Amino acid sequence: MKEETAQRAYWHASIRIVIGILVIWFLVSLGCGVLFREFLDKNVSAVGGAPFGFWMAQQGSIISFVLLLLLYRFLMNRLDKKYGMEDAV
Amino acid sequence: MSQELWNYLFIGLSFALYIGIALRSKAGSTKEYYVAGGGVSPFANGMATAADWMSAATFISMAGGIAASGYNASRFLMGWTGGFVLLTTLIVPYLRKFGKVTVVDFLGDRFDSTTARLVGVVCAIFISMTYIMGQMRGVGLVFSRLFEIEIATGVLIGAAIVFFYAGIGGMKGITYTQVAQYVVMVFAYTIPAVFISLLLTGNVIPQFGLIGNYTKEGAEAAVPLLEKLNQLNVDLGFAKYTDGNLGTLDMFCITAALMCGTAGLPHVIVRFFTVKSVKAVRSSACWTLACIAVIYLTAPAIGAFARTNFINEVHLSTYTEVPEWFHNWEDRGLIAWVDKNQDGILQHQAGDVFEGRVPEFRDERGVSGERLLTNPITTNANEVFYDRDILVMANPEMAGLPRWVIALVMAGCVAAALSTAAGLLLVLSTSISHDLMKKVLKPNMSDKEEVHYARIASFFSLVIAAYFGINPPSAIVAKTVAFAFGLAASSFFPTILMGIFFKRVNKYGAIPGMICGITFTFGYIIYFQFWVDHTNYWLGISPEGIGFVGMIINFVITLTISYLTPPPSPEIQAMVEEIRMPSGAK
Repeated sequence: MKEETAQRAYWHASIRIVIGILVIWFLVSLGCGVLFREFLDKNVSAVGGAPFGFWMAQQGSIISFVLLLLLYRFLMNRLDKKYGMEDAV
Repeated sequence: MSQELWNYLFIGLSFALYIGIALRSKAGSTKEYYVAGGGVSPFANGMATAADWMSAATFISMAGGIAASGYNASRFLMGWTGGFVLLTTLIVPYLRKFGKVTVVDFLGDRFDSTTARLVGVVCAIFISMTYIMGQMRGVGLVFSRLFEIEIATGVLIGAAIVFFYAGIGGMKGITYTQVAQYVVMVFAYTIPAVFISLLLTGNVIPQFGLIGNYTKEGAEAAVPLLEKLNQLNVDLGFAKYTDGNLGTLDMFCITAALMCGTAGLPHVIVRFFTVKSVKAVRSSACWTLACIAVIYLTAPAIGAFARTNFINEVHLSTYTEVPEWFHNWEDRGLIAWVDKNQDGILQHQAGDVFEGRVPEFRDERGVSGERLLTNPITTNANEVFYDRDILVMANPEMAGLPRWVIALVMAGCVAAALSTAAGLLLVLSTSISHDLMKKVLKPNMSDKEEVHYARIASFFSLVIAAYFGINPPSAIVAKTVAFAFGLAASSFFPTILMGIFFKRVNKYGAIPGMICGITFTFGYIIYFQFWVDHTNYWLGISPEGIGFVGMIINFVITLTISYLTPPPSPEIQAMVEEIRMPSGAK
């Protein structure tokens, strides 16, 4: 019974991580790059010579994706450690 | 040394390398054939997956597509990288823990149904087949341009090489060849970009060049490159480079469909079955996306540079004085000039130069020495036609780079096409030998027999793919993207996702959900691409983006029916619990 609650807690914690990552994922790509692009192009300062929304769509979103995966890896590995879910190597 | 010699040297050497690697890693068991034995290091798998992911189309056409359509092309950039975030957080760690060798295996076991398995097999074969046809065509095109042979001969050479190392070596063979192919591709893509960035902006790093100043006409005349490009575009009657002209909803749907489709493509998912543990899957996904990002972050820079350079060098130049590359690529049929106003000067404007998709050349030459066309000529002011693909292939020539760089780019194009074709071939052959033969038709066959069938299946898949590569159903190959990604987004992605995250979802919901999602998407694409001649899309969503709507349909139907029917058996529920816990992956 105790193991079951630990598994449940692990699962809920991992879902929270996934949701957090995906919210940022949505904002940086479909948000900044598509939905709010025109607004950002006009109202946020340009990145070098590139309008902000355009830069997010062609550069910023991709850089963010890589960082997001690194963050995901870090958080999940830490969670595994906390709940003893790591594989013995 | 002549250009031909350099080309032969680079491509010959790279082939020798690939085949040498393949010979050293011949697969013996099904586990080696399907998932390379399951012990590939995360970094090697990351490079291999990146090579697999970047097809000939990405390598040759993407930068050209960005150059031609500016902001609009962001949908591919975000779609084909952002999908990896979905893939990593929602799909692959759980399927790796599940521990079987194909994606369809999961559907069959999770929904405990042969029907689910068969629907999965059909989807997998259809998606991979449409995708591989385009790759074979790409191999053929590259060879034909390089060695001036027929496209058909090029396709056959490509098919023979792919069969040699993918068909024989299986996943083990292709993984290590793809690592080598990634290295070739990354140098071939970034070296010309660095040189052209230096030429136009004085910046060594292309990504900084993109946001930097255009300095080719002297430091005192420096303006931001993108501003310069917007100005050029507007002057010539195109939309502003940084604005594009797609509707926001359409752009949203296409980007989302490409992302979700990426996360549902079987040939990408299986790559993560080759590493040791769930933890290794996470590292491998980081490496994969980082390797892909190197090229995807360079592509927008190449696009902007190539477009600026092209307009500058070509527009308002006298035909007899344009740089040599213009004549070279005109001779190869990828550039055409029609002197509409008879002034001997090239005018580049918005609009089609002639009717029809490609120029049809006559044998005669015009007054200035240009090749004449048989296409009916349009009345607008645009005189210069160029195939978008030349913006990558001719980039080194435009930037005046040494011959070996050009040969390197050619070797990169070939590597891109071969690596993707090999990965797809593997999914096709395993779908048939494992999912169909072993799991449905002939359950008691031995491991050895299964590998044998996999090789036979890969041979026949290649024959079919090569046939369509030589005789493309033209409308289909051009729309490969809409099909493969739309179908993956409306079938595999939502169904696998619900299979993992909703324990309550059962076969009564999943099967109709998948069938409805895919039928709707398929029907919509067929209707607008092949049936009617107009583009009055529903809500303005083009066939490229309709997979997103198909996916929502799949979600709604699956969840509704599942909650109205009995839950899955306790064994299946226990299995779902099990795959959610990362430890102990076999």
